[in-house]
Amino acid sequence: MTSRLGTIHLTKILLYVGLVAGALFAGLPVLWMVASSFKSNTEIFAYPPQLIDDSFSFAAYSAVLTNPQQQRFFFNSYLVSFVVTLFTLITGILAGYAFSRYDFKFKSTLNLIIIGVQSVPPITLMIPYFGLIVSLQLYNSYWALILTYMVFTLPYAIIMMTGYFNTLPRDLDEAVMIDGGSSFIILWRILVPISLPGIVSVGVYTFMLAWNEFLFALTLTRTNDMRTVPVGIQLLMGQHSFEWNQMMAMSVLGSLPVLILFLLFQRYFIAGMSAGSIKG
Amino acid sequence: MKKQFIPFAYLSPTLFLIAVLSFIPIATVFYYSLMDNVIITRTDPTFVGLSNYIEILSDDKFLQALRNTLFLAIVSVIGHFLLGLSFAMLLNAKTLNPITKAIFRVIYILPWVFTASIIAILWRLLLNPNGAVNYLMSISRLADSPTEWLSSRDLALNTVTFINIWAGYPFYMVSFLAGLQGIPNDLYEAGKVDGASGVQLFRFVTLPQLKPIIISLGMLDFIWTTHQFTLIWMTTGGGPIRATEMLSTFTYKLAFSSNEFSLASTTAMVILALSLFVAIFYVRNQRLSSE
Repeated sequence: MTSRLGTIHLTKILLYVGLVAGALFAGLPVLWMVASSFKSNTEIFAYPPQLIDDSFSFAAYSAVLTNPQQQRFFFNSYLVSFVVTLFTLITGILAGYAFSRYDFKFKSTLNLIIIGVQSVPPITLMIPYFGLIVSLQLYNSYWALILTYMVFTLPYAIIMMTGYFNTLPRDLDEAVMIDGGSSFIILWRILVPISLPGIVSVGVYTFMLAWNEFLFALTLTRTNDMRTVPVGIQLLMGQHSFEWNQMMAMSVLGSLPVLILFLLFQRYFIAGMSAGSIKG
Repeated sequence: MKKQFIPFAYLSPTLFLIAVLSFIPIATVFYYSLMDNVIITRTDPTFVGLSNYIEILSDDKFLQALRNTLFLAIVSVIGHFLLGLSFAMLLNAKTLNPITKAIFRVIYILPWVFTASIIAILWRLLLNPNGAVNYLMSISRLADSPTEWLSSRDLALNTVTFINIWAGYPFYMVSFLAGLQGIPNDLYEAGKVDGASGVQLFRFVTLPQLKPIIISLGMLDFIWTTHQFTLIWMTTGGGPIRATEMLSTFTYKLAFSSNEFSLASTTAMVILALSLFVAIFYVRNQRLSSE
């Protein structure tokens, strides 16, 4: 009996050792990012390193937040992400409705194409996009980013919206149809209001994808007033010195929107991540 | 007639966007890859057939980028799988109370919240010759002198692969957690009645039950990792001396540093072909498992 209790204790100890080791592996780098954002830049590589030292202050944060250029990066990121989310939702809801409620020619082919678009490498699209954006005279503008971001937000949105609409009974549509409602009224008055949780989840996930984008923002914008946070953060790597504390403060600030959305909508994020892998 | 038209009206914005953002660009890039003298704004190309492909496929720099990309993708998939499954099994332990589980779950998901350029900068801080990782190495007497993690030709590829593994395992973990919860308890009970050990239960119940998830995650992750650009660009830029050059960074440099748009289009087509090749297996696998 004692040996059995012993093994139970041992597995429990091993479990907690594993859990803590995992937490250090995942969490320590993040903790170090936050700690470094409160240091002065001269103390970043102090020996021996300390989590919190005498130079503790919010100076890096106020430097980032009061710098008009950094403010602009945040403004650009919010603006582009919001507009992309809005357009993606509208387009995705319309397409999801068609996929969920209608049978039409080429439906399965089109579905396959939408899944296929997700596996097209962004770098392959980058070269023609550059030519397209330049010839549309959109180079170095918000529209360049808003338009091109839709290529990776839209497939997810359509797949997720179709899945959500499929869970809603068709009886609802038929009741409205009998009352003489058009198909657009069914969508706008009935399906959209009751799909709000699904729409929020698609919106949150779209916002995150747009917020994190790097390659298109790097290539399709040129001047600092058009840069987004992921690209703008590079500019703190100066020619002479790296402003490490400010880069860490900006990393924390730049991750906050996604972190907050993530904590509030955890389940939806995971659903979004899985949309690409489950449906097919 | 009218009935057939309605769904296409709803689909028209999508069809337009897919045409403009996907079909036409891919056709364009394919066209460029068969041409020489492509200059984006003033096009005066000449048709050269497959000679760009021959040139690229016999270029050592390209072949090194291809090898590096395959190394990054294959090692990352294995690393993500091992870490993701281990963490999922830890969190799935029955003795864990729900609050402890929820806290550890959030900590384990953390790397996934950060975008690649922020992850790159964070690890450049940690792996700096004077940084925290080298400090830990020196006090634990694993190394006498500071290690150049990202600027040594021998280490850089392993280092960026490690960073990529750190950044990407949470997706596997979350998927495996869902998968583990879906395994019927009867299977474990039946195994225990037959006298199976914990290892045997894992080997003959857990792994086979997770197999569909493992296969689809592996293929998706392989495709995504071969596209990885930001992490490499922001940590090493492909260096030192091409030690971490990937197909994506190689293509980007050809196009936007050397203005070799036709050669860049050729390598872009190779990456596309690689992705679609895996994607076909992925879709076929999904079809089979949903039937």
